[in-house]
Formats: sequence, C-alpha cells, structure tokens
Amino acid sequence: MSKMLSTVSPHFHGPRTTQKIMLDVIIALVPAMAASVIFFGLRALLVIADCVAVCLLSEWGFEKLCKKENTVSDLSAVVTGIILALNLPVTIPLWQAALGSVIAIVVVKQLFGGIGQNFSNPAATARIILMTAFSGTMTAWVAPQAFNMVPDAVTAATPLALAAKGAEGMPSYLDMFLGNTGGCLGETSALALLLGGVYLLVRRVITWHTPVAFLGTVALMSFVCGQDVPMQLLSGGLMLAAVFMATDYSSTPATWLGKLIFGVGCGLITVLIRFWGNFPEGVSFSLLIMNILTPYIEKLTRAKPLVGEVDE
Amino acid sequence: MKLKGIHVPHLKHTATSAPVRLPVPKTVSIPMSMHIGRPAKPVVKRGDAVKVGQLIAEADGYISAPIHSGVSGKVQKIDEMTTAMGAKVPVIVIETDGLQELSETVQPPDVHDVESFVAAVKQSGSVGLGGAGFPTFVKFSINGDLSVLDAVVINAAECEPYITSDTRTLVDRAEDVFAGIDLIKKYLKVKRFVIGIEGNKPEAIAKVQALAAKTDGVEVQVLPPMYPQGGEKVLVYNTLGRMIPQGGLPLDVGVVVINVTTLAFIAKYIETGMPLVEKCVTVDGSAVKEPKNVIVPIGTSIADLLEAAGGCKSEPAKVLYGGPMMGIAVPDLSAPVLKNTNAIIAMDAKEAQPPKTTPCINCGACLSHCPLRLDPRAIARAYKQDDAEALQTLCVDLCMECGCCSYVCPAKRHLVQTNKLAKGKLRAFQAKQKAAKEGGK
Repeated sequence: MSKMLSTVSPHFHGPRTTQKIMLDVIIALVPAMAASVIFFGLRALLVIADCVAVCLLSEWGFEKLCKKENTVSDLSAVVTGIILALNLPVTIPLWQAALGSVIAIVVVKQLFGGIGQNFSNPAATARIILMTAFSGTMTAWVAPQAFNMVPDAVTAATPLALAAKGAEGMPSYLDMFLGNTGGCLGETSALALLLGGVYLLVRRVITWHTPVAFLGTVALMSFVCGQDVPMQLLSGGLMLAAVFMATDYSSTPATWLGKLIFGVGCGLITVLIRFWGNFPEGVSFSLLIMNILTPYIEKLTRAKPLVGEVDE
Repeated sequence: MKLKGIHVPHLKHTATSAPVRLPVPKTVSIPMSMHIGRPAKPVVKRGDAVKVGQLIAEADGYISAPIHSGVSGKVQKIDEMTTAMGAKVPVIVIETDGLQELSETVQPPDVHDVESFVAAVKQSGSVGLGGAGFPTFVKFSINGDLSVLDAVVINAAECEPYITSDTRTLVDRAEDVFAGIDLIKKYLKVKRFVIGIEGNKPEAIAKVQALAAKTDGVEVQVLPPMYPQGGEKVLVYNTLGRMIPQGGLPLDVGVVVINVTTLAFIAKYIETGMPLVEKCVTVDGSAVKEPKNVIVPIGTSIADLLEAAGGCKSEPAKVLYGGPMMGIAVPDLSAPVLKNTNAIIAMDAKEAQPPKTTPCINCGACLSHCPLRLDPRAIARAYKQDDAEALQTLCVDLCMECGCCSYVCPAKRHLVQTNKLAKGKLRAFQAKQKAAKEGGK
C-alpha cells in the first residue's frame, strides 16, 4: 500500500504570504513614487531604481556570502529600497544613495538575522547615518519642477526648515497636501502617502492604530504648543513615517495596545525635536528610539491568555 | 464580545447528500483504542463467530469504552497495529460473511434512573463523535450531585471545512437529537439546552428551530460561521458567556458539552439497544470523485471506503481522519474508520503539498487570531530557547491546537506543531517540579 504524506495539522493554509504582503506595500508606495517623479522629475526615478537595485544586490550578495537561504524573492528588499529612496533628496549623489542602501540591508537588516529580526527600521536608520555623514547633500532641497533631469536648478528650503527659521514664503496647505513643496522624494505629497495608507488598511496589511496614534499625537501636541497644526501634519517625513515606517512589522510591536503606545511615543519625540531640538525634523530619530523600546512595549502589552475570566 | 477566530473556506459540498449505506467490506479491522483512555480488552478470540452488535472488547478501567462488532462473521486474527497517532494497539480483524446477522444481545437497555442511564451510555460504547473521542458516560458521571450542572450545550457548529456528517444528523434525524434532550432532561434534571450551530447550515437550522419551538428549555443559537466555533471553550463562551478555566472542564462552569451526533446516537441506543458499530462519514477532498456522506461499519478500511464511495480522481497524496484544520493524516489507506471518524478527506498531490516555510516577519497575525489570546510567536521563541518557565507564563497548555495561527501565518510557520512540542516540554517541566517539591517534603 502506497505511503501517504503524513504532515501535522492544519492541512489548509491561508492565501497570504510574505511575498504578497510586500507586494501590497510596493503597490501602496506607487502613488508616492509617482508623486516624486511628477514633482522632482525623472531623476527621482533614478534614485529609486538605484536604491532598489543596491538593496536587492546587497541582500543577495550577503546571503550568498554567508551561505544563507536566499530571500530576495520575498520582495522585502525592494520595499526597503523604495522607502529609503523616498527619504532622500532628489539631488543626492547616486553613490551616497547606494551606500545608504548597503547600510540598510547589510548593517541594519542582515547582521541582525535578516527579515523579521532587525530591531530598527532599515530605511530610517540608514537615513540617520546618511544625514550624519553627508549633512550637506542630504539637506540640499530643490524646488519641485516636473520632469527635469538637471535637478540643481533652483534650491528651496523645506517648509519645516522655513518654519524653524521663521522665514517668509511658506507654501500653502494645498501645495503641502499635494506635495508641491521642497523636501525628500516621498515626504512632500501627503495625498499620495494617504492613498497608499488607505490601500494598506483595506488590504489589512497594517492596522489603524500606529498611524492614527502617531498623527493624532503630533496634531494634539502642535495644538497645545500653539503651532500650526495642518502645517505640522503635512510637512516633513511625518506622513511617510506614520504610514509606511512606523508600521514595519519587525521593528514595531505586534499587539494593538503596543502599536498605540508606539505611535504616541513617536509623535511625542517628533514634536519634542521639531519644537525644541536642533534639527528641523525628528521623525527618523523618533522611530529609532521607539524601535529600541519595542521589545519592552511588547512585553508589557501582551494580551493575557484566557485562563479564566474574560475581560472585555 | 465573542472569541476570535478565522474565516476558512467552508467547502460543504456534501451538505445536501443524504448518507448512503455502503456494502459491507470483506474484512474490518477494529482497533482497541478509538477513545481517550485505556485501550479496550478483547473478549473474543481467533475463530469466534461474531454478530452485529456483539461485544468484542470490554472497557479496561474507568476512562475507557467497550467495543462492539458492526458486522457478522468470524474473528480472523487479533493483531497489533500502529495507529495514525503512532501508538501500537491490539486490533481485532473480522472476516465478514455478508449476512449481517443481528446479535441476540441487542436489546433496549433498562433505564429508569440516573445510574442506569449513565450505565447504559457506558455500555453503548459511546465516545465523543465530534472527533475528540472522550468516553461520553464520563461527562454524565457527576456522582449524584446534579446541582453542579445547569446547562447542556449541544455542539452542532461543525466549523471544519468539508465535513457535513453532523449537518446530516440534524437534517435526517433531528427527532433523535430531541429524544436525547428529553432523556438528559429526565435523568440529569437539566432545564437549559443550547444548540450551537453555524449559520451556514440553513436546512439544519430550519429543522431544529421547528422542533425547538415545540420543546421547553431548548434554545437554538445561530452563530456566525467562524473557525473554531465548535471548539469546546469557544462554543461555551460564545453561547453562554462562560469561560472554562485553564486546565478545567466544562462542568467547572456548570456545563456539559455534547456533540449533536453523539446525543442522537445515545437516544437511538436507549430506544433500540444497538451499540456504536457504524458511522456516518463525509467523504470529500480534491482527490475524491463523488463527494458524499456514507454509512459504514466501524473498522472499514479507508481503501475499501474510498472505493465503495465511487473511487478517486487521482492517487490521493494525503488522507485525513477529520477535517483539514485539525484532522490527522493517516499513514496508509489500510487505516480503519474509527468511532470518532466523522470525515475522510482525500487530498490530491496539489492540495496535500505543504507550503514552503519562510522566516517569521513578526506581523502578529498569529496572536491577533488566537481564540485564547496566546502568543505563538513568543511560545516558539521560548521553546527554541528551552525556557519552560516562559512557556508556563505564556500558558501554552491552553492551546487547543485549532490551527488558526498556522493558517493565518504568511510565513507558513509550523506554529501548532511547535505549540504541541512546547506543551510536552511544559508537562515534563511541571512533572519534574512536582516531583522535586514532593521529594523535598
């Protein structure tokens, strides 16, 4: 009698895979990528392609070198590449973007064990390192100008930098919402980022907890501190971080209460840095700090197993 | 608030298929362990003639169950076999004569009070037919203290994909279910009955609702189709709002849970005296040519059953006792239908192929879908680190192995398997601790 396949239950598995989740994130990033090309020209695409290619190559190369199973096909390196690119100015030299990609994949992700094991967000951490190493090129903002391959035409400050200096010439809320302002590739258009966020919510890739807590805290604190609330919400990397980076699985808590705490923490640190710190923007730092606290948050917020009474 | 769960494909293709009785196979192999507890002890020997309904093995000890023959014929041999769970147990192989002669011992039992009722349930050989196989009489043995029991939950959830044998019980013999309710009312003095049924069985719901309207104290609760709605803890909580405590029984919250087919069987036994010798089994799965419900004698081999039920479209690559969520894969097709077999699911190579496991991405889907709010991610970590104390804190012993975590895991990790291993590790740790404590005294 023929031998049967004898595996342990369950014998059915849901349709979702890591690859499909990452593909959904990539789809959700399409509006933001499109916006970056519209506002900063085709060089934006070049920066994105550069980051994605180097991320994939670093992942493949590192795993080859360490004789680890190859995980390039799970598409997580593509996501990291896109998000890192969206955190860079369009004028960044390609070699610097490439270096950032290597840092994100090799140092932040692979050295800690690969996908699911990194304690901090690869893109946010790489951005901080690039900011520290190349503060000049990392803050060389240009005014939006569509389809321009020569990006260094007109320099422009970001709304946050303008606000920090108290300078004139703040863009309108509508321009900021649409993305028609200076800044990184992906931090200018709140509309495009929100579209992606809605898609991720509908596809149940993320839950509302982190983005709502993060944005809500920034809004509330801005109001309390007498700041311009819409301007604070629409500017800087806030929207990008709230939707795509603070919802990263491996470096943020998995419990719903943990997600709320994480979001509130990110919001508080962001406003602290924005209003009282030396930097005009504090989103990356807030992410990194909360990433470090994640294991503790998770431990404190783990649901109590149903041993007896059910607390609603 | 209800307990969490998952949506699985229903695949109830056979819901409208009234069970057909298959021809008696040439031989049946009846293992002595078809229940939780000690294996039964054979009371027949090689060469003995047996008839339908005759006792062939008696219960050994308290938690055990007697076994009867479902065929007439001759005992070919008493052998040893390896069950799908890997245990070695004695098996009585009967060569059938096809006459299906009825044993004289099949007489309606004398039932007049609670003791004789429980004794009759014990003699019937009844075990939990929903799949667990726990001897039924033990649930009713509450040592005369009937006050602890105030509600009976009748489990008709049937939340596993494919399976419809309980649905057919309700559609075809709801009267037996209500006769069972009357018996429990009479002898165990229970006033409240709740029939928990998933909303995807309209025909069965209509049938029970009509009968419930004519019966005092029976409430039909139509539950949303959600796996594992029929898990004991889940069902008791979702119907009555009572949570069975860790390591406890439904009786700890005043409840007895009984599968709907088990209840119908008990009523029939008390009416006719025919013990548990045959089963209605759903035959389905991607390899099966004609999915249907069939009635076969217990001990019929899966090979005989599949053939008599219309054969296979393709060579089955994996065959299950029970549904795809908690079913047990059989080692080969000679495995027999057991008392608690409610379905035989034969999967083709494509359906049977387990998906590739990838690294955990920490998405948290497992913990957000666990009905008992466990954290399979943390349990896997603690298991890997050999940390039994952490396993205790994480309450891995609560795990009912329903499989929700593994089902939703995008990385297709073997979370239930790890939970099972972790439960074993925790048990060993607790036994050692207990021994150390007692030794220290």
